[in-house]
Amino acid sequence: MTPRAHVPVASRPSARPRFASLRRPSARALMACALLVVPALVALAASPGQVVKVDIAKFAYGPKDITVAPGTRIVWTNHDEAPHTVTSKDKSFASKGMDTDDTFDHTFDREGDYEYLCTVHPFMTGMVHVHKP
Amino acid sequence: MTTHDRSSPDHRITRRQALGCLASWTGAAVVWTVAGGVPRALGATSDGTPPTASGNAMTFVQISDTHIGFRKDANPDVVGSLRHAIADIHALPQVPAFVVHTGDVSHLSKPEEFGRARELLQELRVDRVHTVPGEHDTIDEGATGYLRYFDHDGNGKSWYSFDQGGVHFVGLNNVLNFKMGTMAALGEEQVAWLRTDLAGVSRSTPIVVLGHIPLWTVWEPWGWGTADSAQAMALLRPFGSVTVLNGHIHQVLQKVEGNVALHTAMSLAYPLPPPGAEGIGEPGPVTVAAGELAKVLGTRRIEVVRGRRELALIDQPFDGRRA
Repeated sequence: MTPRAHVPVASRPSARPRFASLRRPSARALMACALLVVPALVALAASPGQVVKVDIAKFAYGPKDITVAPGTRIVWTNHDEAPHTVTSKDKSFASKGMDTDDTFDHTFDREGDYEYLCTVHPFMTGMVHVHKP
Repeated sequence: MTTHDRSSPDHRITRRQALGCLASWTGAAVVWTVAGGVPRALGATSDGTPPTASGNAMTFVQISDTHIGFRKDANPDVVGSLRHAIADIHALPQVPAFVVHTGDVSHLSKPEEFGRARELLQELRVDRVHTVPGEHDTIDEGATGYLRYFDHDGNGKSWYSFDQGGVHFVGLNNVLNFKMGTMAALGEEQVAWLRTDLAGVSRSTPIVVLGHIPLWTVWEPWGWGTADSAQAMALLRPFGSVTVLNGHIHQVLQKVEGNVALHTAMSLAYPLPPPGAEGIGEPGPVTVAAGELAKVLGTRRIEVVRGRRELALIDQPFDGRRA
């Protein structure tokens, strides 16, 4: 067998859109406002529309296991220097690669148990339980 | 320095020892030569004494974990580090037959990172660069984005083989098929391909396997292993000489199992903690103090002596000889 031609790899693909679902710090400021305002509304409206925060730090989701009401939006923020993802086992939600300070959010409308992991570090796992209060 | 064998699950290391080991983690390329059918490492470059190969031996160079796109404190200039390695390779007295890159070409699988990496690798004055993907190259869409830039065979697969200098080379993708809470894997399709590929190779032909994550379990809690490596090892074990070259853990480890010798390589981006290092807790980039990065650039010489199962590793800090 002869060696196959290698590097001069395929032609350059056209530019592709940046990660649409990732919010940069300016958007994070808005998110912070939402975190302050929304709980006040939730106090009246029970749970729909609530925003809950999950931190990604030291290669772990915190909290790793969380229970929320249907309609809750969860916002994950990566605090590590290493990139992580939030990728559900059932493929119902998946972030792009999240660099430091990137966020990803998903609204859980349906009841159920949603297991997720970081595809870069698959030993990192988390769980979202969605149940009516 | 010394051999590093962290394969024991009972291994523990103090933070002091961990930081001490940083002095031996470097960002250099490894030159390999094949003489008499047994791959033998000539040692790392950038030590001021370029290694030479004997006679008509074929040499090739391994680089790994360039993480193009990374720009944090641990190494704000990964492009400069890759260029440093390229210059070292060009300074070798014998032009290597090719260069292999054992994965994590990019940091975040972004098209611009793959594009930049390819431009830089094309600066290498060698015939070919063979790459395999790391988990940082397959973040958003599996190997699809990586293959737009590094589809070696043009057949849309991230695994391949070729023969050169009497050696059968196999490039694997062992960052696939993630399962919840387990290590990455090769997957059934690739293992079946490997079985077919090796079926046509004489047992006396030396085999060199390229794969990103170690093909043995270095430290499972950090995902430093390949879930189905046993299947690959079973296919490789019958061959008389098998050398597995990995990256991923950004430090030099080696293990010998019968005729199979497995080696991990240094990174060109940043150091990672020793496996399971006490007091560190997770496999994140390690930032060394200002001025220390030059100290972690250094020399590593590996000798694989025919007929011996243990390898000799000699690591010498770069600034120890140039200060």
